[in-house]
Amino acid sequence: MEAASKLDVESIRADFPILRRMIGDKPLAYLDSAATSQKPVQVVEAMRRFTDHSNANISRSVHTLGSEATEAYEGARAKVAAFIGAPSPDEVVFTKNSTEAINLLAYAFQNAAFDPSADPRFKLGPGDEIVVTEMEHHANLIPWQQLALRTGATLKWIGVTDHGRLDLGCVPEVITERCKVVSFTAVSNLLGTVNPTSQITARAREVGALVGLDASQSVPHIPVDVTELGVDFIAFTGHKMLGPTGIGVLWAKADLLDAMPPFLTGGSMIKTVTMEKTVFAPAPAKFEAGTPPIAEAVGLAAAVDYLDKLGMENVRNHEKELAGYMLEQLETVDGLEVVGPRVPIGRSATVSFTFEGVHPHDVGQVLDAEGIAVRVGHHCAKPVCDRFGVNATTRASGYVYNTREEIDRLVEALGQVRKVFG
Amino acid sequence: MNLDELYQEVILDHYKHPRGAGLREPFEGESHQVNPTCGDEITLRVHVEGDKVADVSYENVGCSISKASASVLYELVNGSTVDDALARLAEFTELMNSKGQAEGDEETLEDAVAFAGVSKYPMRVKCALLGWMAFKDALVRASTPGRTEA
Repeated sequence: MEAASKLDVESIRADFPILRRMIGDKPLAYLDSAATSQKPVQVVEAMRRFTDHSNANISRSVHTLGSEATEAYEGARAKVAAFIGAPSPDEVVFTKNSTEAINLLAYAFQNAAFDPSADPRFKLGPGDEIVVTEMEHHANLIPWQQLALRTGATLKWIGVTDHGRLDLGCVPEVITERCKVVSFTAVSNLLGTVNPTSQITARAREVGALVGLDASQSVPHIPVDVTELGVDFIAFTGHKMLGPTGIGVLWAKADLLDAMPPFLTGGSMIKTVTMEKTVFAPAPAKFEAGTPPIAEAVGLAAAVDYLDKLGMENVRNHEKELAGYMLEQLETVDGLEVVGPRVPIGRSATVSFTFEGVHPHDVGQVLDAEGIAVRVGHHCAKPVCDRFGVNATTRASGYVYNTREEIDRLVEALGQVRKVFG
Repeated sequence: MNLDELYQEVILDHYKHPRGAGLREPFEGESHQVNPTCGDEITLRVHVEGDKVADVSYENVGCSISKASASVLYELVNGSTVDDALARLAEFTELMNSKGQAEGDEETLEDAVAFAGVSKYPMRVKCALLGWMAFKDALVRASTPGRTEA
């Protein structure tokens, strides 16, 4: 194995009380972090401390708690910005999750359609094109599908090869001069493919389209620097990166956020209001109507601290090793077929597979009886299931706290599946 | 977690050797049902003659629980009166919603009592009910002429 993992997995595991849980009489082997990660005590503790000590609404309170809460919330924004290499914290918009972040963006286009003075970059209509890929999570497909339906624009996509990679050869045909926006996944949540981005971003630039990433499966697992990536926007979520549920992030370049009409409107997003008319606050406040998830932002900041301490390079190397081991071991199981790239290059530690003659639901059930938590179904990526002619898959996904022993247990338990359904 | 309780011999047998599978004609009602959480699907047809369920035919993809349940459904309702079939539907639905508290009446439910264990697994109850939902829907469609597609 190349690049030995620098993570001290044993001490990491000690920070996650849930990993000591028993499922029946079997210790839990949690291999479902692509769905949601577990949270270390540091995150839970930070949220508890905030709630017990500083809880208040943010922004306008002059009392001590109010200013502590505002500081904590804005501090979290700055921390997240630094984590992804954003030039300014003001480019970080807190949302509920990735889904809301992508909807916020799609609705900027939709709302621009009703505004004669809207920035032309957000003007969409018949003849214009939106580009995604065939390996999107529904979160980065359906908002664009709906946008196309409502504006008359055309939705196009970059296909997937038999090996589970993007068919980059067709990029020049798919992304044409008519394209206004390209939104694609950085890492597939089903196939585990880590997509090379430069060719697509370069082509988008060439045709003058906006381009961004669904980074839900990349920010938690690999170093991400938005400036280096050269994209216009990324979306990701807190709960897949050791943070709490209920908070996600849209990062977008400042001049785009300025040009975008707001998605949700209401309290906290205004500069001046009369009965007739409202002037919006500048971003990011413009996109954060209502009381935001404050304790969750504090939790997310603690998660970022935790990942920073581990070092994202080390996280990447650990998972690369896990991916290699998982692929190697799973390939030894009779009747098992990996759906997605079969080599640990350009690949995350998320491995989907089918098991001859046994439905994923049944695989998952038997694995659960062995204490092993995997995900089964279409993983909110139905088109990619169709692409590979499967109804559903079983998916094992690793993170910072997973060990080779857990993968050994998975492989052994698959033998048990064979016994029940053989 | 006791797997034997969930995957009873009877269930595995129906799964491996489904009774009455395949789509047949004639039929008056057809229903297509999908379980969006796992992608299981069934297309089920009913042929009604007078007050009798003259045939139930189906095609499905899915897990052992959903496939075995459709097979058991076929055995129970095929050739019975519509009223009896609806009574079995009600009984089976009740058993599935019992959260492991009911055993089911073997006199009336026959092989379907093997699904009693499934009712303890909330994530799998939908699998067990998929075929039955299709049957219920197809029966309604059979009595509403002109509506055969899902």
